[in-house]
Amino acid sequence: MIRVTRSAVIDAPIDRVWELLRDFNSHSAWHPAVGESRIENGEPADQVGCVRNFFLKDGNHIREQLLALSDRDHLSTYCILDATLPMKHYVATVQLKHVTDGDRTFWHWQSTFEVPRGREQEFQELVGKGVYEGGFEGLRAFLRRGGAASPRVPNADAAQGQAVVATAFGGPEVLRFESLPVKAPGPGEVRIRQTAVGVNYIDVYVRKGLYRMIEPPAAIGMEAAGTVFDVGPGVAHLLPGDRVAYACPPPGAYVTLRTLAADQVVPLPDHVSDEVAAALMLKGMTAEYLLHRTHRLQPGHSVLVHAAAGGVGLLLCQWAKALGAKVIGTVSSEDKARVARANGCDFPIVTGNYRFAADVKNLTSGRGADVIYDGLGREAANQNLDALAFTGHWVSYGQASGAHDAFPDLSSKSGTLSRPVLFHYTAERARLNEIAGNVFKALKEKIIQVTVLHRYPLAAAAEAHRDLEARRTTGSIVLLP
Amino acid sequence: MIKVYTSSVIEAPADAVWAQLRDFNGLPKWTPFVAESRIEGGLAADKIGCVRNFRLKDGGVIREQLLTLSDYDYQCSYSILESPMGVENYVATLKLTPVTDGNRTFAEWWAEFDCAPERERELAQQIGQGVFQGAFDSLKSLLRR
Repeated sequence: MIRVTRSAVIDAPIDRVWELLRDFNSHSAWHPAVGESRIENGEPADQVGCVRNFFLKDGNHIREQLLALSDRDHLSTYCILDATLPMKHYVATVQLKHVTDGDRTFWHWQSTFEVPRGREQEFQELVGKGVYEGGFEGLRAFLRRGGAASPRVPNADAAQGQAVVATAFGGPEVLRFESLPVKAPGPGEVRIRQTAVGVNYIDVYVRKGLYRMIEPPAAIGMEAAGTVFDVGPGVAHLLPGDRVAYACPPPGAYVTLRTLAADQVVPLPDHVSDEVAAALMLKGMTAEYLLHRTHRLQPGHSVLVHAAAGGVGLLLCQWAKALGAKVIGTVSSEDKARVARANGCDFPIVTGNYRFAADVKNLTSGRGADVIYDGLGREAANQNLDALAFTGHWVSYGQASGAHDAFPDLSSKSGTLSRPVLFHYTAERARLNEIAGNVFKALKEKIIQVTVLHRYPLAAAAEAHRDLEARRTTGSIVLLP
Repeated sequence: MIKVYTSSVIEAPADAVWAQLRDFNGLPKWTPFVAESRIEGGLAADKIGCVRNFRLKDGGVIREQLLTLSDYDYQCSYSILESPMGVENYVATLKLTPVTDGNRTFAEWWAEFDCAPERERELAQQIGQGVFQGAFDSLKSLLRR
């Protein structure tokens, strides 16, 4: 006997969710795995004993009978009568409960059944993930869409898009604006009509070939926002028309239309505009994991933020300040010191030659910094060790001045070193949702904000790169397709 | 007889939440309004029938008796023996259910009791929001991830 239990919290009042679930024939509207469904003999869908006769999108055919329905207990029990799957004695119960705290709904879904020996694991997964978890996601997406239209079948054909392509490794002149066919989404993929594309310094490294993440000719770019055009089989959490954003490898975001892994794509809340999302996904999620995951910043910690007026630096200062830390930063000019100060940096140190350790010690009564967020790399290594407090945490997340050959001996400080990479933290969708959710929440609560936004047409990406490399921009850059 | 029902979602696994709640003598550790608590007669706090005798921060003293404790169902029921609240036949139940999506916990707390009819609204509000939701809120910040 196999027992499968899954449960979730749905962000909607219980009456709204129950209205759907009490209808024994509604699953074809909201469940991503369910195809055509009908109630046999024209009976009402809330008549105990009625039979729903339906196809799964993978081709399987199932007949299920309603055994119990209670509006008072928000409970529905049903069993399988016939199926093309080898499942026996399948009885399932769906029950909803009111979460009074926030007027939400707790959804509990449980079943017991038997399958041929040796296939238990396979059916645990199929029912638990494919049917129940897929159902939670599908119903959430359905409610987000205001209860309209079930997912459209993807268009089988490639669609025509336009892309900024690096034709070779080199300067901004290698970027060309070209037409590009964009394939229909396969299993687990989504196709997005993009409305704003974020520009990051990593794009320059990719274009130059310093990070070998593409083989020219290929489109570059790591993040964008837009609207779902269509989804491939097995994608439960997105529907056509959803506003979404992503920040992930491989490069290829400088395009009007893109097909990529749906697992890396998150729905956008109403309060986050496409442009802000495109400007913030990569840098905001970087700040989130650095301050909450790589190191859990505590109130009263002394934190050293390098390039404190840079894209990630400003967000680190804003967020670290809100967390109650003492924020020390390094910047390259008085102008940037003013910007950093206005964004939560208590003590900006102006330095052009990577010398800051003595200042950091003075500002911390000789202790040094409890945590250092270091995007500088090789040139600043010895100063960083000097500036670190005993048992401090040195977080090396970037290497603007060149890759580290070797790190100095941390035993002189009993120091801890981390070499985090965003895409490892966001590889699992549950973690990605958490991290992106915290960024959106921090935006809403004005803990972080996008200070300046430079806009360029997508076709003018080369110009945007020129301005970025000449340091003619401060703040964020977005390209508009 | 009136019934008060409060439920919430705690951002921690059910085992971690239950570790706090199953200690019948543990109210001072996780609720904001209990100053001190002891089990009468030196009994173990998980012995069915034991009585917790606790003092609220506002000075009131309450005696409650453990009726049910289930480590299997994450569930606990108790009745009020004495209190300054003016309730009769008061029986309350706390129950946790794991939320597999996100490894969180659905927490329910309900009570049934008799009281003077003109005090029903006030008591329902005081118990449902003041006591149950107040304790959930304090539990949420205690177990914040």
